[in-house]
Amino acid sequence: MLKRTDYLTKVYGVPNGWTLAAYEQHSTGYRVAKKVLTSMTQEQCVAEAKKANIRGRGGAGFPMGVKWSFMRPHPTKPAYLVVNADEGEPGTHKDRTLMELNPHACIEGCIIGCFGIGAHTAYIYVRDELHLSKARLNAAIAEAKAKGYLGKNPFGTNYAVDVVVHSGAGAYICGEETSMLNSLEGKRGEPRMKPPFPAQAGAFGCPTTVNNLETIAACPTAFDIGCEEFSKLSALHHMNDGGVRLYGVNGHVKKPGVVELACGPTLNELIYDIGGGVLGDRGVMCVITGGSSTPVLRPSETVNAPDEKSPMHAWHGKSVFDVPLGVDTMRGCGTMLGTCCVTVMAEGTDPVMAFENLMYFYHHESCGQCTPCREGSAWLDRTVSKIFHGDGAIADVDQLHDIDNGIMGNTICAFGEGTAMPALAFIHKFRKELEAYARGEKKRKDARLTVDDVWNKGASR
Amino acid sequence: MPFALTPERETAFQELQSRYPTKMALCLPLLHLCQEQNGWISEDVMLFVSQRLELSPAHVKGVVTFYTLYNQKPVGKHQVWVCRTLPCALRGAYDVIEHCEKKLGIKCGETTKDGQITLRTAECLASCGTAPMIQVDKEYFENLTPEKLDEILAKLAKG
Repeated sequence: MLKRTDYLTKVYGVPNGWTLAAYEQHSTGYRVAKKVLTSMTQEQCVAEAKKANIRGRGGAGFPMGVKWSFMRPHPTKPAYLVVNADEGEPGTHKDRTLMELNPHACIEGCIIGCFGIGAHTAYIYVRDELHLSKARLNAAIAEAKAKGYLGKNPFGTNYAVDVVVHSGAGAYICGEETSMLNSLEGKRGEPRMKPPFPAQAGAFGCPTTVNNLETIAACPTAFDIGCEEFSKLSALHHMNDGGVRLYGVNGHVKKPGVVELACGPTLNELIYDIGGGVLGDRGVMCVITGGSSTPVLRPSETVNAPDEKSPMHAWHGKSVFDVPLGVDTMRGCGTMLGTCCVTVMAEGTDPVMAFENLMYFYHHESCGQCTPCREGSAWLDRTVSKIFHGDGAIADVDQLHDIDNGIMGNTICAFGEGTAMPALAFIHKFRKELEAYARGEKKRKDARLTVDDVWNKGASR
Repeated sequence: MPFALTPERETAFQELQSRYPTKMALCLPLLHLCQEQNGWISEDVMLFVSQRLELSPAHVKGVVTFYTLYNQKPVGKHQVWVCRTLPCALRGAYDVIEHCEKKLGIKCGETTKDGQITLRTAECLASCGTAPMIQVDKEYFENLTPEKLDEILAKLAKG
């Protein structure tokens, strides 16, 4: 069910909505951080946060409050909050809007987050390319400091909070939490073995919580209206998937963009009600539900959950495009919710070309630490490219399965699965097209990723 | 001549120091400052960073070679990055690349003869809802059309 909200996005449309004045007038204006710091204990803060059922907005969907509760005070070491704003998952464009248009929600969220986990410093790790985002965050920090909301005595309390914006340097892998910690420490951004988990030994060897930027930015709203009430806004509250979040639509839709909705819209609602329908009123070939690491879904797929006890039974027999988007519901559909930014591909798009485009990405971005991922992603890229360019055979299509198998489960971080799972989905769901290329029935020169000449016709305004 | 920061950047570096508990953590921010000044990360710059932060030159080189945004050779005065990843490609990124290559007379990865523009491809720049797009130095240009792109390139070629 589509339910538009504007807790986070109200200031998006306000002139200079990124300033403190606008944030005070139209949003929570640091009232919530003040309330939390002056009237709650850390335990109460975490207990309340758990009720919000905020599932991590970065893609993995881990409950935020539960993650906070893993933090234990260390006798000698400080704790850190690290906020993941390394937005770079292909198809994801939500966090950037928050930083550019509502940076104060991010900073207020950092204050609440720091208090909840017992940290006094928050590092917001922003990818280097987002210069405007960094500038807006830094300006927001300066404004908040000047007002006494940040620093040694925020709101007159003794709970010091400092927020630092840290710039990445161009590496997709640094969106992986342990890789991000290495990068923050001034090292190559290679993921770490877990355990120890960041809550035990994270940034600089100290207890650390890593939260996505949108997760943190949702805190002021949740604590303002009451975390349980916040959770109940969601259509999937009963599945512990609460609140409101940002949804993105991109690719072959008429009106791409980012909107704020209560959790639980369906893919069809995002494509047609939010995205304005498909370019040229075509049908949908497939969608990527939340960033390129989530397996594609095709409209012909249906939910298979015949037993009434299954949480997915409510949608048994229905198209996966009519299932509310949630962390657990998308798992039930054989994909992942990911970052909630949907990439739509219209009928007429060449799926093999799309597959090739994505495999180039993973080959380019593998950090090279683990052999199965370093060699596997390159091998996948080479093989798909070979098939696409007309030099492949059916045996190559089958070999893609083998390569995939060699990557999955054999790497330190989830990048391996993030490459292999969407690849597997492309191989399964577009086997016919891959074979057509392998047999020479389809040719690279006829393939297009755009539809309706979108570039020349200026459909992108 | 050994590399050194300008006085303004030196001040900026001093301010950064208080934000991190270790010297090593300054590695990425200091490299950014150096590149801003020098345009690329030369051996001299790496040596400078390693000495200032008491790190081995090998550590610094390891960092420089890991991240794509540290230029390991000189680049043009302006850098044009075309996002080529799927969501942009669905809305014409390949056409944008072709258009740029034709207009500038260079291939991706090359610099124009007058040293003005380096053209490169980028992986997803988090601008999928406003595709296709390019980044020029520190600025994003989104919802591109052939006309808009021509305008941007013409302006860049001038100065």
